[in-house]
Amino acid sequence: MTATADMTGSHAAGQGGDTERPLLEIRDLDITFTTSTGHVNAVRGANLSVYPGQTVAIVGESGSGKSTTAMSIARLLPRNGKVTGGTIRFGGKDITDVPNREILALRGSEIGLVPQDPMSNLNPLWKVGTQIDEALAANGVAKGGAARKRTIELLEEAGLPDAERRAGQYPHEFSGGMRQRALIAMGLAARPRLLIADEPTSALDVTVQQQILDHLDSLTSELGTTVLLITHDLGLAAERAQHLVVMYKGQVVESGPALELLQKPQHPYTKRLIAAAPSLSSRRLVSAKEREEVLEQAQHAASSLEPTTLTGSMRQVDGPDVVVKVENLTKVFPIRGKVPWKSTPFTAVDDVSFELERGTTTAIVGESGSGKSTVAQMVLKLLQPTSGRVLFEGRDITEITGRDLMALRRRVQPIFQNPYGTLDPTFSIYRTIEEPLRLHSIGNQRSREAKVRDLLDKVSLPASMLQRYPNELSGGQRQRIAIARALALDPEVVVCDEAVSALDVLVQAQVLQLLNDLQAELGLSYIFITHDLAVVRQIADRTLVMEKGRVVEQGTTEEVFHSPQQDYTKRLLAAIPGGSIPLAGSETIEVDIDPEEAAEAAAAAEAEVEGPSSPLGGEPTDPFTAAGRA
Amino acid sequence: MRSDVMNPDAPRADQGHYVAPLGETPLQEVDSVDPNATPRSLWGEAMHTLLRNPVFVVSTLLILFVLFVAAFPGVFTKVDPTYGVISDSNLAPGEGGHVLGTSRQGYDIWARTVHGARISVLVGFFTMLLSTLIGGTLGAIAGYVGGWLDEVLSRINDIFFAIPLVLGAIVFANRFPNGMNLWTVSLVLSIFGWTSIARIMRGSVISVKNQDFVMASTALGASKTKILLRHVIPNAIAPVIVTATVNLGVFIVAEATLSFLGVGITNAVSWGADLSSAKDSMRTLENNPWVLFAPSIALALTVLSFIMMGDAVRDALDPKARKR
Repeated sequence: MTATADMTGSHAAGQGGDTERPLLEIRDLDITFTTSTGHVNAVRGANLSVYPGQTVAIVGESGSGKSTTAMSIARLLPRNGKVTGGTIRFGGKDITDVPNREILALRGSEIGLVPQDPMSNLNPLWKVGTQIDEALAANGVAKGGAARKRTIELLEEAGLPDAERRAGQYPHEFSGGMRQRALIAMGLAARPRLLIADEPTSALDVTVQQQILDHLDSLTSELGTTVLLITHDLGLAAERAQHLVVMYKGQVVESGPALELLQKPQHPYTKRLIAAAPSLSSRRLVSAKEREEVLEQAQHAASSLEPTTLTGSMRQVDGPDVVVKVENLTKVFPIRGKVPWKSTPFTAVDDVSFELERGTTTAIVGESGSGKSTVAQMVLKLLQPTSGRVLFEGRDITEITGRDLMALRRRVQPIFQNPYGTLDPTFSIYRTIEEPLRLHSIGNQRSREAKVRDLLDKVSLPASMLQRYPNELSGGQRQRIAIARALALDPEVVVCDEAVSALDVLVQAQVLQLLNDLQAELGLSYIFITHDLAVVRQIADRTLVMEKGRVVEQGTTEEVFHSPQQDYTKRLLAAIPGGSIPLAGSETIEVDIDPEEAAEAAAAAEAEVEGPSSPLGGEPTDPFTAAGRA
Repeated sequence: MRSDVMNPDAPRADQGHYVAPLGETPLQEVDSVDPNATPRSLWGEAMHTLLRNPVFVVSTLLILFVLFVAAFPGVFTKVDPTYGVISDSNLAPGEGGHVLGTSRQGYDIWARTVHGARISVLVGFFTMLLSTLIGGTLGAIAGYVGGWLDEVLSRINDIFFAIPLVLGAIVFANRFPNGMNLWTVSLVLSIFGWTSIARIMRGSVISVKNQDFVMASTALGASKTKILLRHVIPNAIAPVIVTATVNLGVFIVAEATLSFLGVGITNAVSWGADLSSAKDSMRTLENNPWVLFAPSIALALTVLSFIMMGDAVRDALDPKARKR
C-alpha cells in the first residue's frame, strides 16, 4: 500500500524536526458543481494546511463551502461535484488525481470521518457494535472475535459506559450523544492520522456537546490524531482549534492562529461574524441603558394602545403590568405502553409558574426534553394543561372557547422554529400574511393589501416579495414572513419558540435585532423559548431555566448569568462554546463551577482590560449595532 | 503523544495570519433579496419540470391522441364497428377494404379498435374520479380527525382492500341481471378501487397536519375545517394525484378484464370484449393475428401512457423520490 510506505516517510520527516511538513496541504482548490441551471463554483482557490497533531477548524455559514472542501479530501463529494483545480496533498503525496482505489485505501485507515447527523449516520437495522466491527474489518485492522474485542475497547475509549452491552444494542436505543460517541469510535477505529469532524455536535444539547468535544480533544491529543473540524460556530472553533480558516461564499477570506484571528480580525466578513456570534459577544443585545430605553418605549407604546381587552378582564392598576401570568402549570402526557390499554403518565411540565411583564421579554431556557416548548404551547392555548392556570391580563384562558378564544388568538401569536415548516408552501407570501386578517374579517380587500405591504415593510422585506412563494426564500426571509404574519393582528404577546435557532449567525443576529426593534416600536411582550443561553443574554429581561419539566432557576437575566444559584444553570453557562474566550468589546462569562476554570476566566477578564483595543475600533461596541453597520 | 507530533501550538511558516484581498472577496448584504426573480409557485415549478421531462411529453401526447380517438372515432374510420357480415368473416388485412381485416363475426378490426377507445377511456376517467372522491374524502377525514374514527375507517378500508378489484366487481355484477352500463361499471369498480387512494391520502394528511404552518393557522384562529380545506389538503394532494393517474390505467385494465370475462358493459364495443372473442377464434388468429394484436396494443399503449404520466408527475412533485 503506497499510503503506508508514505506514512513512514512522513514519520521520518517529522522526527527530523525543523523540516516538518504539513499532513494535509490544500492549494488553490476549486470545486465545481454541475446543476440543472449551470455550473456553480462551490469552492474557489482555497488554501489550507494542517500540521500533524494540530486541530484546524474551518468556519463558515451554510453554503460557504466548508463541508465541500473537507469532503473533497476523502473524495466524498456528491456525484455532481468535481475538483476542477488546485491540489490536495496528504502526507506529502498529491492525492488530487490518484485512482479511486488509492483513495479507498486512505479512507478509514488514514483519514477518518465523524459525520454531522448522529441520527441518520448509523444504520438502524444493525447493532452498533456490528457497524464498528465492519469498519475494522474493512480497514484490515481486525476480524471476527478480535474485531469485537477491539470494538468494545473503542467504545469505551469514546466514553461510552458499559460498552460491552452497548455494542449489542441498536442505534434507536442510543441517545443522540451516545450515537455521536459511537460515530467517533468508528471514525477513530483504524487510528487514522487525520480525523475530519463535520459539525460533530451541532445536533446535540450544549452540555452534551461540551462533554463530547472535551472527550474528542483528549482522545485525539492522546493518539496524536490531527483534526480538521468543520463548524458554523466561531466560538466553538476558537475554543477547540489552534488555527482557524474562515470561509465565505466558497473562498477563504481569512485564516490564522485562533486567538489572533478573534482578537484582531482583518477581513470585514470575519469582523461581522465575530460581532454577530452570540456565544462570543455573550452580552446583551443592547447595552443595559439602551435596553432600558427599549423597555420604556415598549411600555409607553403598550399603554397608548387601544384597551381592547378581553371581556371581563381586569387590568391591574398598580404594581407591574403583568400581561401573562402562569400559575402551577402542569402537563402530563400518557405514554403508550406495551399494550394499548395501558399507558404510563409522563410529566412533561411540572408545576411551572412565571410572569411576563408588559413590554418585556421572558426567556425560557432548557435542553431538549425540558418541557419548554410544551409550556409555550399551553400559553398559546394549543395544548390544554393538565392542571394550573394561564392568566392573560388577569383572565384564565385555559377554559375559554368560541368568541373569547378568537379574541385571545388576536392578541397572542407564535413564531416557530423551523423556517421551512412554518409557512404553507402552497400559499403566496401575500396570502400568507393576509390569512390572519381574512380569518378575523378585518378590513376590505384594499385595506388588507395596504396592511400586508406595511407589515412586509416592518420586517424589512421589499414589496416585490408579495407574489413569491416560500420555496424561493431563504430561512431568514421565511422567518421574517412568519413574524409579519404573527404581527398582522397587532398582538400584545408573541411566543417565539426557538425562533432563531435554525438560522445562520448573521441572519440570526439580524432577526433578533428586528424582534428587538419591533418590541420597542409596538410595545410587544415576548416569551422567548430557546436552548441557546447566549441568545437569551442578548434579548431577555427575565430568564427561566427549565430542566426535566421543572423550573430550576428564575430571575432577571443579569442575576441568572452573573450569579447562577443552581448547578444545572452553572453547567449550562459553562457549556456555552467560546464563552471564556477573551474578546475585545465583550464580557466573558464567568462561572464558578470549577475553581481552576474560574481562575482562568478571571485571568482572561483581566487580560481583556489591558488587551488589544476593540476590533471594531474605539470603545467597546455593541455587537449588534456593529453587525448592523457592517 | 507520538514522537512525530510537534507542539500543535508552535507557529508554522504557512499558517500566519492571512487575509484575503477585499477586492476578490466582496461582502454581500446579509440575506439579500433578488427583487427581479420571477415568482414560482410549487405547482408552477412542477409544471416547469414536467414540460422538460420527455417521459411526460410523450405520455401526454399519447393520452391526448387516445382522448381524440375516443371523442372523434369517425375521423379514423367510417366503418360501423357493430356491422358484421358473416360472409366477410376472417378476412386478411387489406382484403375488401378492411385495413386490419375482419374478425370471425365479420366486424372490421380497425373500426372495433378505434371505437373501443371510448368505453375504456370513459370507464377509466369516471372510476378514477369517483374512487378519488370516495378515497380522498375518507382518507382525509381518517388522517385529520384520527382516534377511533380513523380506526373504524381504516378497518373498513382493510376489508375492501382484501377483496380483489375484479373479483369484487364480478360478484357485484350479478346484482345487475340485465347487464351493466357505463355508470354501473364505474360505480362497481370505484367501490373496490378507492382503498389505495384513501390510504395514501390518510398518510399524506397525517404528515402535513403535524407541520408548523398548521399550528400557526390554529394559533391565528382558523377553524379545523378551514385548516383541512385550505392548508392540509392542498399540501397532501400531490401523492394522491400521482396514484390517481396510475390508477386510471389500472381501471382501464379492470374494465377490459370485466369485458373479457363477459360481465362488462353489455353489447359495447370494448377492447376487453374483442380480446375475449379473439381468444375463442383460433382459426382467425392463425390467418390474421391483428384480431388479437390490435386491441392488445391499444390497451397496452393507453395503460402505459397513464402509468408513465403518473411516474413523471411523481418526479416533478417530489424531486426527492427521483432516481439518481
